[in-house]
Amino acid sequence: MTRRFWVFIEQENGQVHPVAWELLGVARRLASEVQDEVDKTQDQVAVEGILVGHEVEPLAEEAIRYGAERVYALDAPVFKHYRNKPYHAGLVSLAQKYQPEVFLIGATTLGRDLAGSVATRLQTGLTADCTQLQMGEVKNSPRKLLLATRPAFGGNVIATILCRNHLPQMATVRPRVFTLPALNPRAKGEIVHETVAVTEETAGAQVLEFIADAAARVKIEYADVIVAGGRGLGGPAGFALLKELAEALGGVVGASRACVDAGWIPYDHQVGQTGKTVRPKLYVAAGISGAIQHKVGMQNSDFILAINRDSHAPIFDIATVGLVGDLYEVIPAMLRQIRALKEARHE
Amino acid sequence: MRFVNGRYILFHALVGIKQVPDTANIRIDPETGNLIRQGVPTILNPYDAHAVAAAVEWKRKLGGKVTVISMGPPSTVTSIRECIELGADRGVLISARQFSGADTLATSYVLAETVKAIHQQDPLDLIFFGKQAIDGDTAQVGPGVSARLDFPLVTYAIKIRELNLEQRYVVTERKTEHRNEVIKTPLPTALTCEKEIAEIPFAALPDLIYSLRYEPEVWTAESPVRFDAGQLGLKGSPTTVFKVGTPEKHAPGEVIQTFEVGVESAVKTALDKVMASGVFSSILGETR
Repeated sequence: MTRRFWVFIEQENGQVHPVAWELLGVARRLASEVQDEVDKTQDQVAVEGILVGHEVEPLAEEAIRYGAERVYALDAPVFKHYRNKPYHAGLVSLAQKYQPEVFLIGATTLGRDLAGSVATRLQTGLTADCTQLQMGEVKNSPRKLLLATRPAFGGNVIATILCRNHLPQMATVRPRVFTLPALNPRAKGEIVHETVAVTEETAGAQVLEFIADAAARVKIEYADVIVAGGRGLGGPAGFALLKELAEALGGVVGASRACVDAGWIPYDHQVGQTGKTVRPKLYVAAGISGAIQHKVGMQNSDFILAINRDSHAPIFDIATVGLVGDLYEVIPAMLRQIRALKEARHE
Repeated sequence: MRFVNGRYILFHALVGIKQVPDTANIRIDPETGNLIRQGVPTILNPYDAHAVAAAVEWKRKLGGKVTVISMGPPSTVTSIRECIELGADRGVLISARQFSGADTLATSYVLAETVKAIHQQDPLDLIFFGKQAIDGDTAQVGPGVSARLDFPLVTYAIKIRELNLEQRYVVTERKTEHRNEVIKTPLPTALTCEKEIAEIPFAALPDLIYSLRYEPEVWTAESPVRFDAGQLGLKGSPTTVFKVGTPEKHAPGEVIQTFEVGVESAVKTALDKVMASGVFSSILGETR
């Protein structure tokens, strides 16, 4: 038999969400972790992508270059725009046919909408927002199981969840929790076209229109630099200063939950357990105390520069460099020095 | 209330709610890594409160009623009362020892069977959930219930634009990753709600008074619905907790006191370190 490690290749309008590539990287690693078991048996192991949409053949090829050995494609007009029912019916039918061992889905709005429905229909377990995934030995289990680790209770606790007796073992993972795997332009793989009995009549929903919301919808997950503000800003006006610094650094503005709840800045800027997970090269935390709920969303940043008046603020526990002081003195000084640096470099 | 085809059409909405520990106030025993439950206040899950507000808003527009259901320990009564205070009419608490330890699959089973029973007594138009509960943050129960009932699912709903009880459809605006989407689904539809779906109203005095003494119906594992024991609680849960721990501690970095060394010098040291780490060169647009 083949032990299949599946990744849902999320796409919208012909664009794959990068979380799918991140998950293909994870699936390859998970598959390699059972290689020792596979070697002892007649089993095989395969990393496979599941692609749903309309006219998505080029994306299947891209998935192969990111590590899928095989892509099952559901390609039909009924799948042009995401709708819960056609998509979940499609995935359920493929999973019933091929019996994957592990099924990973990005914890995006689309992925969360889909994963809960699919897991319920397959009567299996689903662990949301995993931060670590591993195939590991578990007592009384004949084979390694997916150890799915995630924060719970607002990030105060880290729990490892098992799905012992049901398949597939399903998990969702937020964008940017894992790194993008290297693209192999010469990778070869197979594309398998599948069909399922889903029609426009049974789709259960009609998308009437899309409302572009570009102004409000910042994509902080994939920014290289984030300058984030917290309660210590003292008010919404402080974000103007952060924006100036963010622009000087070529980055975007983030925020703690307190600022979003207070209405200082829209939700799309929120970093943390109930906001976005980010892993920029540089994360500047200004006036953010660093509650656990915030930390779980940004602790994977390469460099964390924290500015806070309170030297006991928990953000200093994870900061690469911490500055204890008044952010309204520190940030203007930072702006001056960065501008001077840039000028010096351009000479 | 409207008279159509010889009968009155009334709106009936159901809201699935959860009582949760206030995660902002949780403390962990640093020795054992266990949750200190004692003294942690419980609250009505904030997203659920907005879902109740939305259901009540449409009830007030169209006439009808709002039923609230929750699976949880007896103390959940206080959260159900809070929903009554917000304008819900009927509360059902599904509570028994057999339900405890349920993961999202077992929870969605109990809620779906309960919705089915209520739908048979008194047909439903919409079922609401919060987009997620703040303790588990899984966002799985709403989609799970909808899948079990085969009701269309609209997640991350921010606005109900149109609700037509005669022609049996609802038009909802929902958030997606890149934009908002307007979606039309037949009734009954299941919605999971963002906070934008409705403002929490100030309680009307009669609702407030009614809520103070309100006792929800308590449903058990046997009555009025005879649940399948194999699908309840721990037994009905495919996932189990393998281990629990506290988040990894990072090695703390360097902390500089600006009032000791001066702001300019502190900032310079910090920026030098950013540069030395290599992340800054790409930020400044320099090619290496």
